Amino acid sequence: MKWFTTYNNGSAIDLRQIPSLSYAEFFEAVRERLSNPACHVAHYFGVPVEETRLRVWCMILNDEEHTIEVASYDVDYYDEELPSLTKEFAAMHPFERDMTERWGIRYDGMPWDKPLRAPSRSARRGGTVDEYPFYKMESASLHEVNVGPIHAGIIEPGAFRFICNGEEVLHLEISLGYQHRGAERQIETSKSLLRQVLLAEGIAGDSAVTHTTALVRTIEKLTSFDSSKAGNLDVERAVALELERMAMHIADTGALCMDVGYQLGQVACEALRTMTINTTQLWCGNRFGKGLIRPFGTNFPLTDELRATILKNVEEIRRRYNEVRHDIKTTPSLLSRMEQCGIVNAQQMQRIGGVGQAARASGVARDLRVSHPWGVFTDRIAHQSIIKEQGDVMARLMMRCREVLQAADTITSLLTDLDCSVGSPAPQWEVKLPPYQLSTALVEGWRGECCHVAITDGEGRVACYRVKDPSMHNWLALAIAVRSEGISDFPICNKSFNLSYCGHDL
Amino acid sequence: MKELFNTILMIAIALLLGGVITRVRSVLSGRRGPSIVQHLHNVALLARKGSVYSPTTSILFRVAPAVYMGSALLALLFIPIGNLDPLLSFRGDVVVFAYLLGLGRLSLVLAAMDTGSSFEGMGASREALYGALVEPALFAVVATLAMVCGYTSFADIFSVARDLDMQMTIVMVLLAYVLVKVYTVEQGRVPVDDPRTHLELTMIHEVMVLDYSGVDMAMIHCANWFKGAALAVLAANAVMLPLCFKWWTVAPLSLLVAVIVGVVESSQARGKLVRNTTYILTVSALAALLLFVAYLLTLNIQIS
Repeated sequence: MKWFTTYNNGSAIDLRQIPSLSYAEFFEAVRERLSNPACHVAHYFGVPVEETRLRVWCMILNDEEHTIEVASYDVDYYDEELPSLTKEFAAMHPFERDMTERWGIRYDGMPWDKPLRAPSRSARRGGTVDEYPFYKMESASLHEVNVGPIHAGIIEPGAFRFICNGEEVLHLEISLGYQHRGAERQIETSKSLLRQVLLAEGIAGDSAVTHTTALVRTIEKLTSFDSSKAGNLDVERAVALELERMAMHIADTGALCMDVGYQLGQVACEALRTMTINTTQLWCGNRFGKGLIRPFGTNFPLTDELRATILKNVEEIRRRYNEVRHDIKTTPSLLSRMEQCGIVNAQQMQRIGGVGQAARASGVARDLRVSHPWGVFTDRIAHQSIIKEQGDVMARLMMRCREVLQAADTITSLLTDLDCSVGSPAPQWEVKLPPYQLSTALVEGWRGECCHVAITDGEGRVACYRVKDPSMHNWLALAIAVRSEGISDFPICNKSFNLSYCGHDL
Repeated sequence: MKELFNTILMIAIALLLGGVITRVRSVLSGRRGPSIVQHLHNVALLARKGSVYSPTTSILFRVAPAVYMGSALLALLFIPIGNLDPLLSFRGDVVVFAYLLGLGRLSLVLAAMDTGSSFEGMGASREALYGALVEPALFAVVATLAMVCGYTSFADIFSVARDLDMQMTIVMVLLAYVLVKVYTVEQGRVPVDDPRTHLELTMIHEVMVLDYSGVDMAMIHCANWFKGAALAVLAANAVMLPLCFKWWTVAPLSLLVAVIVGVVESSQARGKLVRNTTYILTVSALAALLLFVAYLLTLNIQIS
């Protein structure tokens, strides 16, 4: 069965062009595609069309062909015999669990039929962590350790249940869903585009630029707006994104150093991270880049002066960070902590559909800047992913180190010959969206693949808006990483992924 | 009079050591850092507060801080600074010293188990293991000192400067090295433990006292300082014994222990928990080796 094929840089799709399959056809088609290791599911979600009917949309990315394949099927609430895809492809688990949780669709033979976002959703709303059906192992020599949902540090809420044999972790189960703000629903119901953009900035505070870029690109694609012809707009967005990547990777390097008690690396990275986010602040007045990304234009076009400052700061950060990197690589006590710790091998990463830098550290070359380029990555920047094979904490740390340097190079090459006199247009807020369209935008944030989808109704309003944060795929990788590690190494494993709690819970 | 001065000086060192470590760490990380007596203000604040007790705990939990502090204070009173005299002394007090530290540890471990928290149970199991592993090191050091000097009380061992030859002086310096390592283990410093960490899963000492608050917490802090001071002064005594053995050389040298710990903490990451046992065993093995070498030296067998 032929699916509708589109590209990340393409335009919105007329809903009538997307094939509607029966579940059996869909199941076979997904199975056929996912058996190709270059393919993975970007998004898979249901939208109610009638009282008890749901239309389910599925998007599969093919990294080799650079395509996004889209198809849909209809399901009635009373339909039976929907075999589970998770049974064969573990990567499908967050999507099927979400569908069960949101719409009550049950999949036959679903091996891990647990709520994705307890306790914020549906029947479990208001429940406590004690009611969550945690996996159990009974033995006199085992003990359970529960951490959270409220933590001692300044981190977001999430419950972690360990089953340990002494110091060794046998199993970790993660229960999230304490951060529900109804972001998707609010984006759907708000009439103002500005409000939608502001909501996107708040989806995950550490990925404000990533999520906002994804949202404005989704909206712009609906109107066939070509950002590459809008002055320096594409360059500005790419620079903002790479600055965010630098800031967060540097912050994580510092946090990892802190968690192993390595003070020198911690203080050096804290200083550098401040310098990076202050550069963003100088540009747009907000350290996390809020307010910088706006639809159809920008309020903060780059000036020559600004360009020179960014270039100077990035060069300085790059030089100093490289010293920290060298320091980390040559400190034996750090290497002994991080090497061979928290390993997720390529096969596991592939099975669970990992994305972003965590996947690349395990040898799964998944990078939207290469596979599904947009903006400057289509022409100006020939991005080359950094791939590591080890899949341990050290590999993920070194991945961050290398990506910071690479991001600095990208910014430098984008800004060096930029003609700032071209300018960029001002943002537009009053736009008419075409009816019955589906638009999707993929953006490679610092954490990985971020996918936004908008579907418009007959009056050109955004009737359905779905967001997928890369954390959705990668939380399972953390659970796998800590298996048979010491429980005291969980914090560094967790930090090496640094996944989003609120991005998971929309 | 000398006894009283010794006790006062000892407590002063105990109160200063923590501040020196923090200051060294701050300077090495390029910061100015808090005042050198900030930790005293913190504990004074704690001492003014009441305590909160979990309903699952028993009397064990409530008496543990007092036992811990009492034992640490008592242990402190056996240690002379240089040529001063300690308040308490009798033959064989070196053994009492080691077991007083053990008693304090036992009370904290029991209290941690009493809370029923899974974190504190983990912390208690780690603390008990490391305590058991580091105790031989302390005993071997004390036995070496007793053998070399021919006495079994700290007051007699450290009464006057000893005329030791070069080889024995080196043994003394190495004994001090072992004592500094014992200090890092007992005080829960890097690389064995990280007192600054906020991660319950990796803590050892900090996690055992998670449930304590207010005046109980203040007592635990004080007890830690007393324990630390006893070990740091022992180390300084050992180095100075064959050299210029006066209280005004030993007291500043004991602060050097804090400087060393601060430097190590600033420049090195904490070890993996499973490797801590190997690390501590190495310290104990070195102490045993020193005992053996010192024994050979007292027999006048030349080691070339």
